[in-house]
Amino acid sequence: MQSNTSEAKATVAWTRKFNWRQYIVYIAFIVVFAYFAITLNSDGFLTSNNIMNIVRQTAIISIMAVAMTFVISAAEIDLSVGSIAALASLTSALALEHGYGIMGAIVAGLGTGLAIGTVNGWLVTKVSIPSFLVTLGMMGIAKGFAMWITDTAPVPILNENFSYIFGSGDIGKIPVLLIWTLVIAVIGHVVLRKTTFGRRTLATGGNQNAARFSGVNVARTKLMVLAASGLIAGLAGMLYAGRMHSGRFTFGEGDELSVIAAVILGGTSLFGGVGTVVGTVIGSLMIGTINNGLIIMGLDVSQQMIIKGLIIILAVAFGRKAVNK
Amino acid sequence: MAVPALQMSGISKSFNGIKVLQDVGFELLRGEVHALMGGNGAGKSTLMKILTGVYEMDAGQIRIDGNEVKIQTPADAEKHGISMIFQEFSLVPTLTVAQNIFLGREPKTKAGFIDDKQCTELTRRLLEDLEVDMKPSDLVADLGVGFWQMTEIAKALSKETKILIMDEPTSSLTKRESEILFSLIERLKSRGISIIYISHRMEEIYRVCDRITILGDGRHLVTDDTSRLDMDSVIGHIAGKNLDKFEWKERPVSGNGEAILQVSGLKTDNRLNGVTFELKQGEILGFAGLMGSGRTETLRALFGIDAWTDGEVRIHGKPVRMKSPKDAIRCGLALVPEDRREQGLVLEHEVKDNIMLPSISKIAGPLGFVNDRKGNRNSEEWVRKLSIKTDSIHKTTRLLSGGNQQKIVFAKWLANAPEIIMLDEPTIGIDIRAKTEIIDMIRDLATEGKSILVVSSELTELLAVCDRILVFHDGRVVNQYNRKDIQSEEELQHAIQYF
Repeated sequence: MQSNTSEAKATVAWTRKFNWRQYIVYIAFIVVFAYFAITLNSDGFLTSNNIMNIVRQTAIISIMAVAMTFVISAAEIDLSVGSIAALASLTSALALEHGYGIMGAIVAGLGTGLAIGTVNGWLVTKVSIPSFLVTLGMMGIAKGFAMWITDTAPVPILNENFSYIFGSGDIGKIPVLLIWTLVIAVIGHVVLRKTTFGRRTLATGGNQNAARFSGVNVARTKLMVLAASGLIAGLAGMLYAGRMHSGRFTFGEGDELSVIAAVILGGTSLFGGVGTVVGTVIGSLMIGTINNGLIIMGLDVSQQMIIKGLIIILAVAFGRKAVNK
Repeated sequence: MAVPALQMSGISKSFNGIKVLQDVGFELLRGEVHALMGGNGAGKSTLMKILTGVYEMDAGQIRIDGNEVKIQTPADAEKHGISMIFQEFSLVPTLTVAQNIFLGREPKTKAGFIDDKQCTELTRRLLEDLEVDMKPSDLVADLGVGFWQMTEIAKALSKETKILIMDEPTSSLTKRESEILFSLIERLKSRGISIIYISHRMEEIYRVCDRITILGDGRHLVTDDTSRLDMDSVIGHIAGKNLDKFEWKERPVSGNGEAILQVSGLKTDNRLNGVTFELKQGEILGFAGLMGSGRTETLRALFGIDAWTDGEVRIHGKPVRMKSPKDAIRCGLALVPEDRREQGLVLEHEVKDNIMLPSISKIAGPLGFVNDRKGNRNSEEWVRKLSIKTDSIHKTTRLLSGGNQQKIVFAKWLANAPEIIMLDEPTIGIDIRAKTEIIDMIRDLATEGKSILVVSSELTELLAVCDRILVFHDGRVVNQYNRKDIQSEEELQHAIQYF
């Protein structure tokens, strides 16, 4: 079997390359971090204060990106997460203002996200509209509601406990946001890697037909990942509200793009079937680190945007071959 | 005598040292419809791929209108007026008929823009010429499959085609659409266009073709006028020269003869027209018939993929209804589908993930946590039992050979312990050794007590494994045979053709 051995050899070589490419985001993150650590050491990049800053600034994106990892693994997309976060920040702030307490605020915030996510999922699976279009439309609708319910006015949050739990508190030196990020990331990782739901999500994204022929309820899987993405975006909205002590329609603006960038940068395939939550979190941290480093370097916003864009394109270009061939 | 439109002589072609064509000749006269026949692996499609520039021949000569030509790329073939209409159509459904016909070579205005007016006008004239009832502005997606083919033909003719190759042109057409096609073929003939007609349907061949050429085992067997070559001798030639021969061994039926699956009057919108049959415990039941006769469609309906419009299905005597593959799996069914790459496997995933997919809830705890150690152990076991050749259960499935991939599809179902296994073309596109292994595996499964339905276009394969064979036609079971009573492949071929 001469062809077998040559195939095996090719496979070994291919596997080696594959691994290298698969871990590109980790390598890139270490390189970026090391570069800033050396060049910006005297400017305080490595201080624990600054590191916690990076974590705080990326936490909300990371959390939404964990849920987005499932959506993209199932070969769908959710563009409405930023707007859902904005609306949820307002509904939870309004619940507090009307005296429903923290539980009321949680129900309002998460309920908003879950409801919108479920509608997204229903339209995608039952009405068969591509998720790109459904969530693009929903992005406008949710944002419109967020502007409408308070006539674009922010809603202040006076409940200190709510603010502490959702985003502005620190336990010792550890920001509550870090704990939220870790909890969501661990849950996401375990669900994707260790449960039947995770396997079915990947199978659905990898080959929808084969998944269906294997008894996977493809429609339900898609509905569930989109509903979960909405739910988590609702949580993100509450974290914005807690951190900023208010609900505002401007929260989360443009987040959908940062979230998708973090997921793809992390090594999840835009075509579905391959997904990694750990990669996603690293991807998000990398974007945050670049942001932070460039600010410390004293670059102005325009330069930051250019460099950030270039790094994202480069990293995805390297990682992409791993998924495609 | 007139110079033939096409003359191929001494054509030879090998792949990896295996000769697929040996010194094959083929001749096509102007205005002739010439049937090209032969079993699977006879060399028909290789010969046509050489003619259309997909493959390069190792030796031989092609003459068009008497002049020797070199065809090395599909563009060369087009230049010499050769076009092929594929089984799967290559149209863009979101464009109009006219846009499709001139796709990539649109007439331009002087300013360099697409000249829509001329495009429409040329198409209109073309369609008028063909006397087909379509408008240039019709959206392809809105037309029936029959008209897709007309569009393909019109497209070919717009390129000054002199030689048209049709591969199983009626397999996806209704009776009426086929009639329209046949009358179109008559008109093309009268315009001097030559047609190579590839089909397994004798009825059609005797109706539209002037001559028949039969290939077998990569060689030219016979060419003669349709009127001088009767159906018996055609079947004899095709059956006698099949590449793969498998011995039939009489098998003790393991079950108690009780019917495990009873289907009566099953109808769907996808061609099923009242299918009725019984499958006994431990039996291997074959479905024979032409493409589109309802064999695959029956499996799809039973597996909950196509919705039933009428009929009843019982398993162990109890009425059941499959609305999704999930229901079917719960009823103890498994389906090894026709297209393993598209329907059977997630190619980018590991071998183990594919094997475990249908039975994943069986190795998961109450909260849905998958027991990976158990999953790996099960997968290892199936890889060993079916002797799947892979370095590890973690290898990407795409990297395995077709035969091993097919065994993975078997493994994923066997891991779920089904009672009834449905196989759709189980050995398609895999090498002869893997084929033999799979045929043995099917026998062993039945001996262990599984009940099996097999759809296959390879009659040798059906004859090798089945205890009983049903013949499908037009969405119904029209005949059934005990394997013991079938003396030869010719007999079965007759049953399929002579309906």
